[in-house]
Amino acid sequence: MSFLRLLSRNRLALAGLIVMSVVVLLAALTPLLPLPDPDVTNTAERFKKPFSEGALLGTDHLGRDLASRLMWGTRLSLAVGFAAAVAAATIGAAIGVIAGFYGGRVDNVIMRGVDMLMGFPYILLALAIVAALGPGLMNALIAVAAVNIPFFARNIRGVTVGIAHKEFVDAARLCGMSNARIIITEVVPNVIPVIVIAMSTTVGWMILETAGLSFLGLGSQPPQADLGSMLGEARSALITNPHSSVVPGAMILVIVMAINLLGDGVRDALDPRLKSGALSRPMPTTMVRRTDPVPQPEGDGILSLRDLQTQFHVKDRIYKAVGRVDLSVRPGEFLGIIGESGSGKSVTALSIMGLVASPPGVITGGAVHYKGEDLIGAPYATLRRLRGDRVAYIFQDPQATLHPLYTVGAQLIEAIQSHHRTSTSEARARAIELLKSVRIPNAEARVDNYPHEMSGGMRQRVGIAVALANDPEVIIADEPTTALDVTVQAQILALLGDLRRERGLAIIFITHDFGVVAQLCDRVAVMYAGRIVEEGPTDAILNAPAHPYTARLMACVPELGQGRRQLAAIPGLPPVVDKLPAGCAFADRCPKAASACRSGDIALGALGPARKIRCIDPEIPVQEATA
Amino acid sequence: MSAALKLTDLSKTFPVGKRLFGAPKAGVKAVQPLSLTVEKGETLGIVGESGCGKSTLARMLVGLLPPTTGQIEIDGAPLDNADPATFGQKIQYVFQDPISSLNPRKTIRQIMESPLRYLHGMDAKARTARIAEIFAAVNLREEFLDRYPHEFSGGQAQRIGIARALAAEARILILDEPVSALDVSVQAQVLNLLADLKKKFGLTYIFISHDLAVVEAVSDRVAVLYFGSVVEVGPADQVFAAPRHPYTKLLADSAPVVGRPLAVPEAKETELPDPLNPPQGCAFRARCPRATEVCGVAMPPLETHDDRVASACFYPY
Repeated sequence: MSFLRLLSRNRLALAGLIVMSVVVLLAALTPLLPLPDPDVTNTAERFKKPFSEGALLGTDHLGRDLASRLMWGTRLSLAVGFAAAVAAATIGAAIGVIAGFYGGRVDNVIMRGVDMLMGFPYILLALAIVAALGPGLMNALIAVAAVNIPFFARNIRGVTVGIAHKEFVDAARLCGMSNARIIITEVVPNVIPVIVIAMSTTVGWMILETAGLSFLGLGSQPPQADLGSMLGEARSALITNPHSSVVPGAMILVIVMAINLLGDGVRDALDPRLKSGALSRPMPTTMVRRTDPVPQPEGDGILSLRDLQTQFHVKDRIYKAVGRVDLSVRPGEFLGIIGESGSGKSVTALSIMGLVASPPGVITGGAVHYKGEDLIGAPYATLRRLRGDRVAYIFQDPQATLHPLYTVGAQLIEAIQSHHRTSTSEARARAIELLKSVRIPNAEARVDNYPHEMSGGMRQRVGIAVALANDPEVIIADEPTTALDVTVQAQILALLGDLRRERGLAIIFITHDFGVVAQLCDRVAVMYAGRIVEEGPTDAILNAPAHPYTARLMACVPELGQGRRQLAAIPGLPPVVDKLPAGCAFADRCPKAASACRSGDIALGALGPARKIRCIDPEIPVQEATA
Repeated sequence: MSAALKLTDLSKTFPVGKRLFGAPKAGVKAVQPLSLTVEKGETLGIVGESGCGKSTLARMLVGLLPPTTGQIEIDGAPLDNADPATFGQKIQYVFQDPISSLNPRKTIRQIMESPLRYLHGMDAKARTARIAEIFAAVNLREEFLDRYPHEFSGGQAQRIGIARALAAEARILILDEPVSALDVSVQAQVLNLLADLKKKFGLTYIFISHDLAVVEAVSDRVAVLYFGSVVEVGPADQVFAAPRHPYTKLLADSAPVVGRPLAVPEAKETELPDPLNPPQGCAFRARCPRATEVCGVAMPPLETHDDRVASACFYPY
C-alpha cells in the first residue's frame, strides 16, 4: 500500500480524502437515513431557519426539507459528475490511444476533429448540446462528458505515442500479437495511471459543470434535487433567506475543494517522476554529516581525497556508494578511475565539488583537499567560486549538459562571466578562442549555433570548451567519450591529451574502458563496490594486474586483434551497496577466496613502492611489483 | 553450407517533409540497396557508427519496417509481406535495451508466453513445459517467472530477452547491440551464453554492434556499414587485421587498444555526410586520405578480392 503512504504524505490530500470519504459515504447511505421525503412540498413551513424543529437545515421556498434535499442532491450530483468523468475518460482515452498508436493519417484525422471540438468555447458547446438534446439530467451528463473528451484524448494520445515506440511493443509484434491485442495488453495497462491522474484532477470540474447546467435549468428537472438546481431555485431568495442557497453552495465548495486536493495528491503519488523525487529540489551542495575527525591534508596533490565516504539514505536503507576512498592527483597528471556501473566512480567524482544530489546523498566522512583547503563542508560560496573555475567537470552526455535553448556561445559566455567580470564582447572573443582550442572548425560561425545543430562529437567539444572556459587546474571527466562513436572518441581523447600537455591540467578521467585508460592515463585506480581495490601506474597494472578483480575484468574485455574467442566471464553480480558483505566485496565471485577474505575489513596495502592493493592474496608476488 | 538468409537489393528510404496529398518532398536513404548472404550456422557481424543504417537494416530483417526495395529470402523462400508474425517464426530480434524491451506491467511468465501462444498456439500445459526448457537453456531460475521486469539487473533482463527470442523457435536471431547496455563483466557472460545457444540449437546470428572488439570476438564474417551501404565484408579475422577499405582501417585504428599509443587516425576535421543531401560518388570521399576525382564521380561497387574479402573502394589497401 505504498500508494496510500505516498498520498498521506501530502496532508491536504489526506484531508481531502477524509472529507470526500465522509461525503461519499453519506451520499451512499442517504436512502437508509431517517430523512423526510425531499420532494414533498409544504408551503406552510416555507423558509424555516436552520436548526429549527423538524428541519435540521431548514426548508426551502416550497417548504421542502433542505437536509434531505441536500443529501439526495449531493448523491445525484456526485453520481452525474463521476459518470461524466468516467464516460469522458473512457471515450477520450480510447480516441487518444487509437490516434497515438496508429499515428500517421489516422492520428491526423482524429486529432483535427478533436481540435475542432476544442475550437468552440467550452460552455457554449455544452449549452448547444443540451439545446439540441433537450434539457434533462441525462443530457447534461452527455454534454459535460462530450466537452471533456478532447482533454483526455489529447493527453492520452501524447502518452501513447511514447509507448507505441517502446521496444516492448516491437517485441510483442514479433511474438505474433495483433494490433488490437497489443493495444489492449501492452499499451493500455501503461496508460491507465495517466488516465487516473487526468480523471482525479477533472472530476471536481465536471461536478461544477453539471451543477452549472442544472443551475441554468438545463440539468435536473423539478422536483428532483441536485446541487445546481437547488442553488438555482434558491437564487430568488438570496437576500431574504440566504440559508437556502448557502446550504447547497457550501456543499459544492466542500466537494470540489476536497476532490481537487485529493486529485493533486493522487497525481503526485502516481506520477513516476514525482515518486522518484525529481521535483524535490536538491540542495545546492551535498549534505555533510561527518562524525569522525576530519583527516589532515598530506602529499603534493593539487586535489586529494582522503577517506571519502558518500552514502545515499533512501527510506530505511543506506547505500554506501563510496566507502573510504583515497586518491590524489598532481598538476599535469592524468588519473584514471575504472570500474563497472555502481562501483561508485561517478559518485566519487561528484562528491569532490559537493554535486551529489541531497537528498538522498550524504557525505558521511573524509575530506577533499584542494591546495590544502577542505572542500567537504566548505561554505556554499567557496564551492561556487571553485566550481567551474578551478575544478571543472566534463559529463558523459553533451546533449543533456548543454541547454537546448541557448547558443553554445551564450553558454560559454555565461561560464566565463559567472566567474570573471568581463564585457560580453570580450567574453565572446574568448568563447571563439575556446572553440578554436577544442578544434572546432569555423569557430566564428559555430559560436552562434544551437546544440541541436551540432553532431555528438562537436557537442562534446563544446562541453570540453565550457570546462576549459576559466582555465581550471583540475578537470573531472566522467565517461566523456562513452556516448560517442569510435572515430569521434579517438579525436576527443587526442584533444584531451593535447590539452593536458599545453596547459598542465590535472585530469581525473572516469571510464569503464581499459583501452582508453591505457592510452591516456598515467595512473589508474580500480573501483569495486564503492572502494578502491587497486591503484598504481597504468602500465604496471595493465601488464600485471595484482587484484583478482582487475585481472578477471581485463580478461572479460574482448580486445581488437585477438580474433574469435571464448571470453572469460566473471560469474555472479557485483554486490548491492546497501548490503555489503564483511571483508572483501569481491570474495563471492573470486576463485581464490579463503575464509580470511570474509572475516574482516581488508586494508588498501602497499604493493611495491608505487602500487596499492586491497587483497590478501595478490595475483603477483610483491617482488615482481617492485621490479 | 546453404544460405539461411539472403538479402537482395534491400533498401529503405524514409520520406521527409510529408504533405497531406501527393509525394513527400524528399527522401533519406537510410539503407542503400544492399545484398548479403548469411550461411546456416554462421555469425555475421555488422559494424558501423551511429547513423550508418544498421538498426534500420535490422528492423527490416524482422519485418518491423517494410523495405522500400529488394527482397528477403529465408531458407530459399522469399518473405514478401511485412507481417511480423510471419517473420516471427523464422527470424527473431534481441533488443539493445533489455529493460525497455520488456513490458513493465507484465510478469516474465506473461512475456514468455506470448510467442508460444500467438506464434505456435500452444496450450497452457505445453507452454509451461516449454518455458521451463528454455529457462534451463539460458540459466535462469524458474522462480523469476512471477516477477516483474524492474526487479532484474541488465544482464538478467537480457537473458530474458534472449529466452523470449528462443521461444519463437526461429532459427535466425538478429542481435541488435545485445551487450552494449551491459557492464563488461556481465557482457562476457551474455556473449558466452549466446555462443553456447548457437551450438546447442544450431542458430544463425546477425550480430550488430558498434564495438569492433566484441564483433571480432563473436563473428565468423563481418560486414562494415558506412552511410547505408556495405563498404567491406569478409572473414572477421581478416577484415580488422588487414582492412581493405579506408573506412574500415579508420575504424580499426580508432579503437582504443591497450599497448597502442594515442594517435589521431583522422587528420581531417570533417563532419559526416548529410543524409538529406548525399554526396556524389563514394560517401567516404571527404574523409578519405586516398580519394581522387574518380571517387566523386561514381559509387565504387562492392568487389570480391582473391582473399574472400569484398570492399567497395577504387583504391583498396
